[in-house]
Amino acid sequence: MAKVSLTVNGTAHTVDVEPATPLLYVLRNDLNLLGPRFGCGLGQCGACTVLIKGEAVRSCIRPVSTVAGASITTLEGLAQNGKLHPVQQAWVDEQVPACGYCQNGQILTAKALLDKTPNPTDAQIRQGMASTLCRCMTYYRIQAAIKRAAKAMVNA
Amino acid sequence: MISDTSRREFIKLSGMLVVGVAAAGRDVLGQAAGPYQDLDFRQLDSWIVIRQDNTATFYVGKTDLGQGTGTAFRQIMSDELDVAYDATSVVMGTTDLTVDQGGSGGSDALQTDGWPMRRVAAEARRVLLDMAAAKFGVPVAQLAVSDGVVTVAGDPSKRVTYGELVGGKRFNVTLQGNTTDSTTGQARLKTVQEMKMTGRSPRRYDIPPKVDGSLKWAVDAKVPGMLHARNVKPPTAGAQLVSVDEASVSNVPGLVKVVRKGNYLAVVCEREEQAIQAARQLKATWQKPATAPFPASDDLFTYMRAATPTFSAPPAVAGDPDAALKGAARVIEAEYDVPFQGHTAIGPAHALADPSNGQMTIYSNDMKSYGLRNGVARFLNIPREQVRVVWMEGPQAYGRTAADDAGFEAAFLANELGRPVRMQWMRNEETAWDTKGPAYAVKMRGALDAQGTLTALEWDGRAVDHNHVGYNEPDSVLIAQLSGVRRAQPARGNSSTPSHMYVIPHRRTQTHVVSLPLVWETPMRTGNLRDPDGPQVTFASESFIDELAAAAKADPVEFRMKMLTASPADDMGYKRARSIACLKAAVEKYGWTPRPYPKPVGTGEILTGRGVAYTFRSQTIAAQIVDVEVNRRTGRVWVKRIVCAHDCGLVINPDALTRTLEGAMLHSLSRALHEEVRFDTEKVLSADWASHPTLTHLDVPETIDVIHVNGDPNPNRPDLPHYGAGETACKPLLAAVANAIFDATGVRLRRVPFRNARVLAALKSANV
Repeated sequence: MAKVSLTVNGTAHTVDVEPATPLLYVLRNDLNLLGPRFGCGLGQCGACTVLIKGEAVRSCIRPVSTVAGASITTLEGLAQNGKLHPVQQAWVDEQVPACGYCQNGQILTAKALLDKTPNPTDAQIRQGMASTLCRCMTYYRIQAAIKRAAKAMVNA
Repeated sequence: MISDTSRREFIKLSGMLVVGVAAAGRDVLGQAAGPYQDLDFRQLDSWIVIRQDNTATFYVGKTDLGQGTGTAFRQIMSDELDVAYDATSVVMGTTDLTVDQGGSGGSDALQTDGWPMRRVAAEARRVLLDMAAAKFGVPVAQLAVSDGVVTVAGDPSKRVTYGELVGGKRFNVTLQGNTTDSTTGQARLKTVQEMKMTGRSPRRYDIPPKVDGSLKWAVDAKVPGMLHARNVKPPTAGAQLVSVDEASVSNVPGLVKVVRKGNYLAVVCEREEQAIQAARQLKATWQKPATAPFPASDDLFTYMRAATPTFSAPPAVAGDPDAALKGAARVIEAEYDVPFQGHTAIGPAHALADPSNGQMTIYSNDMKSYGLRNGVARFLNIPREQVRVVWMEGPQAYGRTAADDAGFEAAFLANELGRPVRMQWMRNEETAWDTKGPAYAVKMRGALDAQGTLTALEWDGRAVDHNHVGYNEPDSVLIAQLSGVRRAQPARGNSSTPSHMYVIPHRRTQTHVVSLPLVWETPMRTGNLRDPDGPQVTFASESFIDELAAAAKADPVEFRMKMLTASPADDMGYKRARSIACLKAAVEKYGWTPRPYPKPVGTGEILTGRGVAYTFRSQTIAAQIVDVEVNRRTGRVWVKRIVCAHDCGLVINPDALTRTLEGAMLHSLSRALHEEVRFDTEKVLSADWASHPTLTHLDVPETIDVIHVNGDPNPNRPDLPHYGAGETACKPLLAAVANAIFDATGVRLRRVPFRNARVLAALKSANV
């Protein structure tokens, strides 16, 4: 066990865990941040996604020791002052989720995509989201929501 | 042991909406500490609670699989009760809070359970109006009610809210009916025309908390003192556990126990990552079975066709198919193969079981939570009153949780250790060992007369469905099989038949169930996968109708329409009239004009084509048309456009239904293009998203058009029923895609899935 410090959604935490523990379990079990979810533990599906330095990162395969000192954003930290992020708002307006289990990864991956590519083409959306999986197959609405969010963010 | 205080703290901490709301409404019933009696469906109080602030909570014994059924129940019940939609909430699926309506399955939430829910809401309205009439000393006929406020005609001073009449109190009204489905009071139901929220699209209440991260799911459930468990599955199917080397995990920190019962093996640790490590590190000796558990997936269909069936239904014969085939101008024959396809939920199976207070509480996403309660009680041999299932949302797999392995395993381990245990499967476990949709091998024959009319149709279908599981039976869930407490006789299984309304004079329909060599303890056990046979069966039947159309040189829509309009004979539910209406609506939206089929093969790299397919499920109709692009160089199939015309009677929430149908069709598109469980003669090889690919963002059509059709011969009838929706739309799509590929390339694909390599090989062998 070792002490690891991380900042999540603006709050500093120190946890005492095995350094190789995947970040996902620290977030969920030690910090009670439940937005990121276990899907595959292999970095294949994206359900566990968090944002680190603007990048969508798969927390199920990221040892906690490698993110010591990093500033991490989870789904819970995306809304500001009680106002949903434009990507989240687009998800509500487009009524995207079915079961919703994967949507943490869809929303955070889309946010990272839009931060880098504010006006993505259809092909850029498809490529950028290609490895974020949804078994309710809400992809059609996700892509519509990303376009909706892009417009809202450009106009903001 | 966990105290009531800590339980309340947990509820507060986790913000468990379900339990929080429920407790508020259920104070009068006071079941929190257990034991847990069944709610009496003949008591109005079991269904509806009205509070002093004039809000109402509806208690529904169904589960919402992310398709908005909870929202739909609020709509129809607020309409019948005459309360403001926004003043309502719904509690679903928790066994000590809601009447046992069986949980979800079969797309029957609105079709079946919508009726008792409407009737109890209407009865509550009637009782409340009686109360108001007594209070004001006027006949009910002089009362009006809107948004839960009762007023007296011509006397604005007389006004009372539902909350003032009954808030915080019991109705104490006894209902009639022998079953939950037949529960009724004395009130009449509203007509379609009288309903206000029904047919509108209020946004789903469950979406904002799913988007902002505040919803607490079954996977999030925690209680103090909780342990984490992981399974260790047999490395090959049917392997017997000879010995376990517990010393191999003695260095794992936090190890609490290695639990073994028969061939069931699990580890329990203080922390989750410790349990994962222990499960990976645990050394055990397994002995392979003497004979191969199954053929390799490449040999599956050869095996199926040669196997002696475990069950064959007596053939269903209409007319004289033999004579019709003998006298036919042309006889067409074809065979179709659909492999095993998995549920493969995005989140593996999970549950938390808490044995505190001498009870067993299971926090679960089981779609049939009541079945889990009954099954666990029998599996652990404890009174069912000691078991409750708190239903919470989970990753959907459309049938997987009806055989809730993790729920049984968590309860078993919690019972063994006397502490709360959270079980979660790993990805390789879920993909390889979840329940599978049965594989089908179908042979069809059709007789065309000289005019190109289909005069006879033969169906011979084989399904690998022996020992089908799927209803939380305590003697067939996986832990029961592995631990040796399984039933003597496996379930017989099912082999399904086509569902269409075509008028074909002569028919023979023959069905068989076949078994793989290994019947028990197998990762190839079958379960209910979204229909659960329709996508396979409709792939064969609607592909074959297209083959016949092509042989008759007919347009595939006209070929179908001719068989639907050929007979004026109607049917219960007007399925033929509504089938015609759906096909017409799809054709109109698509802009389909008849032309020879298939069209001449193009010259470019991308070949384009269109395909149609139609079916029904129960009373619900779906007709689908797709456009495909086939890449001649790579074999890649892209479905560019889908049009779906769908008739499920009265539509409660059009927007939510549209999204449900989009998801259902894309799920079937995934099955058409990607999904196949691969295995060798020892084990399943499909174990993650690389070895078991699924649809991705790259595959999504450019356009999906969903049209809600009301094809009832009397479309304005005041009692238009709300039929089921969801699974019907899954059925035709595989055939529609195959038919479009044929139109584009002239090549007929009779084996699912249409992966690039398979398509490319078929194109090459046909010199396309």
